Amino acid sequence: MKTYEEINKKIQSGKAVVLTADEIMDYVDDKGLDQAAAEVDVVTTGTFGPMCSSGCFLNFGHTKPKMRMTEAWIDDVMAYAGIAAVDVFLGATQLQHNDPANTYYPGDFSFGGGHVMEKLVAGEELQLFALSYGTDEYPLKELRTYFTIDDLDQAIMTNPRNCYQNYNVAINCSDKPIYTYLGELKSNMKNLTYCSAGQLSPLLNDPLYRTIGVGTSVWLAGDRGHVYSEGTQHGSDCLRGDNNVPMEGAGTLALTGDMKKMNSDFVRGVSLKGYGVSLALGVGIPIPILDREVLRHCTVRDSEIFAEVIDYASAYPERRGDIVGRLSYAQLRSGSVDLKGKKVKTGSLSSYSKALEISELLKDEIKRGDFLLSQPSQRLPVKQGTTPLDVRAQGETS
Amino acid sequence: MNTAEQITRRVILAYPKFISGQPIITGLVREYDLEVNIYRASVTPNEEGYIALDITGDEEQIQDGLEFIKSFQIDVNLTMNSMLWDENKCAGCGNCVPHCPTNALHVIDDRSRKIDFSRDRCIECLKCIQNCPFGACSTIF
Repeated sequence: MKTYEEINKKIQSGKAVVLTADEIMDYVDDKGLDQAAAEVDVVTTGTFGPMCSSGCFLNFGHTKPKMRMTEAWIDDVMAYAGIAAVDVFLGATQLQHNDPANTYYPGDFSFGGGHVMEKLVAGEELQLFALSYGTDEYPLKELRTYFTIDDLDQAIMTNPRNCYQNYNVAINCSDKPIYTYLGELKSNMKNLTYCSAGQLSPLLNDPLYRTIGVGTSVWLAGDRGHVYSEGTQHGSDCLRGDNNVPMEGAGTLALTGDMKKMNSDFVRGVSLKGYGVSLALGVGIPIPILDREVLRHCTVRDSEIFAEVIDYASAYPERRGDIVGRLSYAQLRSGSVDLKGKKVKTGSLSSYSKALEISELLKDEIKRGDFLLSQPSQRLPVKQGTTPLDVRAQGETS
Repeated sequence: MNTAEQITRRVILAYPKFISGQPIITGLVREYDLEVNIYRASVTPNEEGYIALDITGDEEQIQDGLEFIKSFQIDVNLTMNSMLWDENKCAGCGNCVPHCPTNALHVIDDRSRKIDFSRDRCIECLKCIQNCPFGACSTIF
């Protein structure tokens, strides 16, 4: 048994034993669980993929004369201005003004909120256009100016849902191609898309949220951010395998961090043909090896993590529960799988190579003593379901 | 029969505005005994145009054929494909891989799972362009 304090002392003295989630698997096989649990202090995890429920609060500072922005666009992407005077919230999936969307199906969606966030973090110049109705103390009614992230007082990334514990594998059982948030799916099950870092993914290495909770410090695109809440749609009461690893979506994290300190290699705008725009984000989370059980969960391999294959042409849009099959991430990463007697090519939207890079960067920071662990102030709910939305008439009760 | 070593060169031809309408590819086949495999072409009267093709023959035939093409003021590029892969923009997700019919875009190894592009295998179908979420693939025409 180790405590957070003991592990942090070792980190500060430069003596902490830190391994990535990739390295720990063979290490435990070699040394055995008990010896490894005594030796290893931290296992670093990582993930990089589209995380649509991401965005940022920006504070522009005041113009002269002052303005209470009521509508605002950054590089022609609308930001929500229904908060205090010069604060706005920009969401990752917001389209650019005049984007034809799917009018000419499938649309290209070449630029949107996620791309604005990437440009901000990269230090590029952006255009702000804002309107107001004008008040006695905020008389300015229209504004067009140019800025970079350095001109802002704050740029706080605030993401209600990141790091999905596991994710659907999308396939198309219909006879027409479809365009989804998991990419283009060819007709008649010719290809499928999965989206998880699998054995490197934070919540798959801590399936019961023993160390990752509200208040946990995380590596968020190169900055030290933290978990501020359970994520939206956190559905921990799910189907789990023998090793407690969820076989479906399950838990999520709400993350926040300072965009001024982030690295744009890990904040990337995403365009998905026929679907829309999003943001791909890099997250790394350190897992303190408090005891043998925490370490055991970190040894999970792609061959032991399963995801459900779902038909995105009918079962998914119609909110049905039927699945086409279950596949392990080892099978998914092999390039092709056999499913219902068909050979199906596999593709990923989550970048394993970037996840590995993140787990190594975080490991280096911890070994240098630059990243201390924080004990969560609150555990994430372990038995919590999600509720579907039923459409009903006014006054009708379900 | 030609016994010299047969080689294949990937060539991008950039047509100036005034040249479209000339049977240049036919000349390569008839006059220089070259085999051509056109991947993509966009040559329209009164517009600048491009052809991306492989030319197969012996070294001397290819050189003579390329000189013939250049005599029409056509720019010959032997160093690139018309499909461009920007390694710096590639996030390594691998979404392109099942859409690439020739495995030109592929996973390098199972450990790092980085993506690499083999230009020789690319047939310029451009499926990668519409399937790359990060804009790493583009085309010159």
